Amino acid sequence: MAFESQDHAKAYWKENLSLMLKLLSVWFIVSFGFGIILVDVLNNITFFGFKLGFWFAQQGAIYTFIVLIFIYIKQMNTLDKKYKVEEE
Amino acid sequence: MDIKTLTFIVVGATFALYIGIAIWARAGSTNDFYVAGGGVPPVANGMATAADWMSAASFISMAGLISVLGYDGSVYLMGWTGGYVLLALCLAPYLRKFGKFTVPDFIGDRYYSQTARTVAVICAILVSFTYIAGQMRGVGVVFSRFLEVDITTGVLIGMAMVYFYTLLGGMKGITYTQVAQYCILAFAYTVPAVFITMQMTGHFLPQTGFGATLADGSGQYLLERLDGLSTQLGFAEYTEGTKSGIDVFAITMALMVGTAGLPHVIIRFFTVPKVSDARRSGGWALVFIAVVYTTAPAIASITKVNILNTLNGPDQQGVLYENAPSWVNTWERTGLITWEDHNEDGRMFFSNDERNEMTVDADIIVLASPEIANLPNWVVALVAAGGVAAALSTSAGLLLVISSSVSHDLLKRTLMPSITDRQELLYARIAAGVAVLIGAYFGINPPGFVAQVVAFAFGLAAASFFPAIIMGIFHKRMNSAGAIAGMVVGIVFTLSYIIYFRFVNPAADTPDNWLFGISPEGIGTVGMLLNFIVALVVLKFTKDAPAEIQEMVESIRYPKGSGAATSH
Repeated sequence: MAFESQDHAKAYWKENLSLMLKLLSVWFIVSFGFGIILVDVLNNITFFGFKLGFWFAQQGAIYTFIVLIFIYIKQMNTLDKKYKVEEE
Repeated sequence: MDIKTLTFIVVGATFALYIGIAIWARAGSTNDFYVAGGGVPPVANGMATAADWMSAASFISMAGLISVLGYDGSVYLMGWTGGYVLLALCLAPYLRKFGKFTVPDFIGDRYYSQTARTVAVICAILVSFTYIAGQMRGVGVVFSRFLEVDITTGVLIGMAMVYFYTLLGGMKGITYTQVAQYCILAFAYTVPAVFITMQMTGHFLPQTGFGATLADGSGQYLLERLDGLSTQLGFAEYTEGTKSGIDVFAITMALMVGTAGLPHVIIRFFTVPKVSDARRSGGWALVFIAVVYTTAPAIASITKVNILNTLNGPDQQGVLYENAPSWVNTWERTGLITWEDHNEDGRMFFSNDERNEMTVDADIIVLASPEIANLPNWVVALVAAGGVAAALSTSAGLLLVISSSVSHDLLKRTLMPSITDRQELLYARIAAGVAVLIGAYFGINPPGFVAQVVAFAFGLAAASFFPAIIMGIFHKRMNSAGAIAGMVVGIVFTLSYIIYFRFVNPAADTPDNWLFGISPEGIGTVGMLLNFIVALVVLKFTKDAPAEIQEMVESIRYPKGSGAATSH
């Protein structure tokens, strides 16, 4: 057991899962939501010469994916330190 | 200098570079051969993953497909990048902590079962083989066009290249050659894109340029012009697409989940020193992939406008054949562009209705885009080198998966547990040699459906590996019976659906006959859901995973004490 107590282990996993689910919700909303389900609605808005829905599907979703992963990396490193389970 | 000589020089120089790196990084132990001794830094690993990931299909044909499909082509852009979010958040760190070599290793140990391991090995070999045949074909196409040799010679040259550095270097050789290959393919992809964007819109960045106004003084937006031209010529409106919403959804999901389940991508995350590095590798891989993937839709739309303008003329009345630009003639020789003068007016006309007189193969869009835009010959040669880099890097990664599946998972862990490290390495090299020969055979004699099968590999990975790995990490009570039943049902369902609609009864392959309106490309999504459902139901009626397995699952959930990847 690398954790100080069983409670710590549970709390760490809970925080990890909640962070993951939050980020995956954004992942879903941006790609499947804005890029596919709501594409026709968003296409009524023009964004730097692009129809907005089309832009999300061919550009915006990809940029969002990158940001999501780097937020995850940063938050998890903080979480590892908080529960003292980071690598030496 | 002419294009042929330049291509010889550029491709030759890059190949010498790859071989040089492979020799410099020669593998000594089995650890080195499979996972580079666990010592590759995250940025380098991210680049190598990106090169591994971006195959001849991404480099040569994706932008062409988008150019034909318009909005519908977004499934590839979102599908093949969104999977990295799943990988980095849900799989990579845990698999790295688990610390084994291969995906079947994880499945076999986590589900404490040789049957589970064997099912996983079969899935891995199936997925990798379908992929590699397409890569060999890709190299063949590039060489036959630029060196003016026949396609068989092209494939044989490519086969010899792949064989050399996979066998010499193993994973460590591949990792560093793939870093070099990434640099070359990204450079070769973006340079022509920047040139054509500047010509067309005056913008420097392709990513913003394809949304900008045209530089011809009309003040019209490029995409607006393209939508207008498309409608006028009988194509679907470029920014709208024609596929149904549910099919776009299902295909995107299958490609995303398939990406996260592909064995040759997952194995990358075993090669970094630490769990935190595995997370970072996923992020960097996506950054490097995004360089190419955000450029692709710009090439797609700009080149489409270029092609329509050069074939039909600015007034869209058709251009006299004797005035055709030289790229039309060079590509006509390969048979990938054809012209039939139906109305006998001596003019070419490209449309999607009864007026059409041209066939333009989507696969030439990227390779021909520098010629269409009148860019210098060295840019054309550079694009050829980029195509070769893309095809070689992916083939080498796939060969490694096949050789490790056979020598490590099948022989060492199942059939011949007593063999030494040295013998295992020998078998790995023999397996890679056999695999490259079979790959080359399919490259020379494509069964006619290679391109389709490559896309289906994603559906198969989505329906088999992804649920088993996810439940292995996030559902610690999941047992072997559930996982095996799930994988078997998932892959059999997906494979049957694809085989039925594509090979048994292709006449019925229309949206009306599809299950829920989902095409064979997207059916992996349904296969994945079935896999989850079957596994959970079977778990209800069977015993939970044993206590020591549940403890092991607990231990992969935090980074501390990861250590290097080990064989056992």
